[in-house]
Amino acid sequence: MKTLSLIASGAAVLFSTMAFADSHADVDPAVTARQAHMQLYAHNLGILGGMAQGKIDYNPEMAQTAADNFLALANISQATYWPEGTAEGTKAKPEIWDNMDDFMSKADDLAFEAEAMADAAGTDLASLQGAMQGLGGTCSACHREYRIRDN
Amino acid sequence: MRKRGLALGVGVAVALYVTAPQNLDPEFLLDPTTGSLLAGDATRGALAFAAAGCGSCHGAEDTQALAGGNAFVSDFGTFYAPNISSDADHGIGGWTVYEIANAMLAGVSPNGAHYYPAFPYTTYSKMTPQDAVDIIAHLRALPADATPSRDHDVGFPFNIRRSLGGWKFLFASDDWIVTEVPSPEHERGRYLVEALGHCAECHTPRNLLGGLKTDQWLRGAPNPSGDGTIPSIHPDDLGWSAQDIAIYLDSGFTPDFDTVGGEMVNVVENTSKLPDSDRAAIAAYLVVLD
Repeated sequence: MKTLSLIASGAAVLFSTMAFADSHADVDPAVTARQAHMQLYAHNLGILGGMAQGKIDYNPEMAQTAADNFLALANISQATYWPEGTAEGTKAKPEIWDNMDDFMSKADDLAFEAEAMADAAGTDLASLQGAMQGLGGTCSACHREYRIRDN
Repeated sequence: MRKRGLALGVGVAVALYVTAPQNLDPEFLLDPTTGSLLAGDATRGALAFAAAGCGSCHGAEDTQALAGGNAFVSDFGTFYAPNISSDADHGIGGWTVYEIANAMLAGVSPNGAHYYPAFPYTTYSKMTPQDAVDIIAHLRALPADATPSRDHDVGFPFNIRRSLGGWKFLFASDDWIVTEVPSPEHERGRYLVEALGHCAECHTPRNLLGGLKTDQWLRGAPNPSGDGTIPSIHPDDLGWSAQDIAIYLDSGFTPDFDTVGGEMVNVVENTSKLPDSDRAAIAAYLVVLD
């Protein structure tokens, strides 16, 4: 009887470990959310950058829409995107959690440049191109410190 | 017995010969028509300096001076970029043009010691004499900083600098990797990638002794700092057009509007200073790699 309960509890431990391992393999929803957010940046940036680089014809309405979207995204608070322990398996560097204030201030820089882009994008192509540099600079300022290198 | 002694003597002599620092030919820096030292131009030198990426390693935070101090972790220990500002005591302000060129192109210090190849003199050795003196003129124009250089943190046996002569003998070469350059643009691209830009130092994997595996040229490598992987920039893997590459080296945007990150941010800061023709040349070289 004792042996049986031992086996049973052993099995329970085993199964719960397996369940834990299984849930561990699932991605934290915050990771999915922040990665999707990045893709939304890239999508809108693709329209602005495509025009800046001459790959797409400049269209002030389309540019303005993309810039407004980008600004709206940049103003979404990232406060809940970065729970502790969600670096593993992602390109987020652990340094983010050691320097959260700096990390978040870089997000503020992005919002500032996004504002400048929203002011410029619908004006003319030269204004859009001018704003592109500042915007790209804030992206890479953060990627430089806090993103693991590409595979 | 005498034979064995002789063999040992020959072995030691060969070892000493192989490991002895080989200095830069002093004639290299001379104007062939006048026979005097080539004149350096600091303005031109600023561009060559950017193409060679000197500031990315030797730069320091909060100063324009090349005060050094950046750490470079490797399998052989941690190297610290030295102060190469124009400070006479702690920088290279007191060095002659030849001494600086000998350091950059031959990897030999003014007191005759080998430098570790964390300093990419193995690629700078292909630099033109004019670019060398121009870069030196630019270095001289930058401010001084009295921060002392930090000693490298390298254990035995790699701390025996003389052994670096053997390393140079095995791995340093003045030969180009890409031997066929069908156009002047391609040739310029080869010069920027293989000589000044030293792209392969990070983007090509290394063997156990730290020599580049040239048969896997620019096909990506583990990051020695342990931070992810340095990507392949070989056309088979990258799949970018020449225009994509040129735009990236100017703006930092990838074709799918991600941006440059990590150490490459410094590189793009440098390449964005170059003329369009240079970025196009780098791209022309990369897209047709074998």
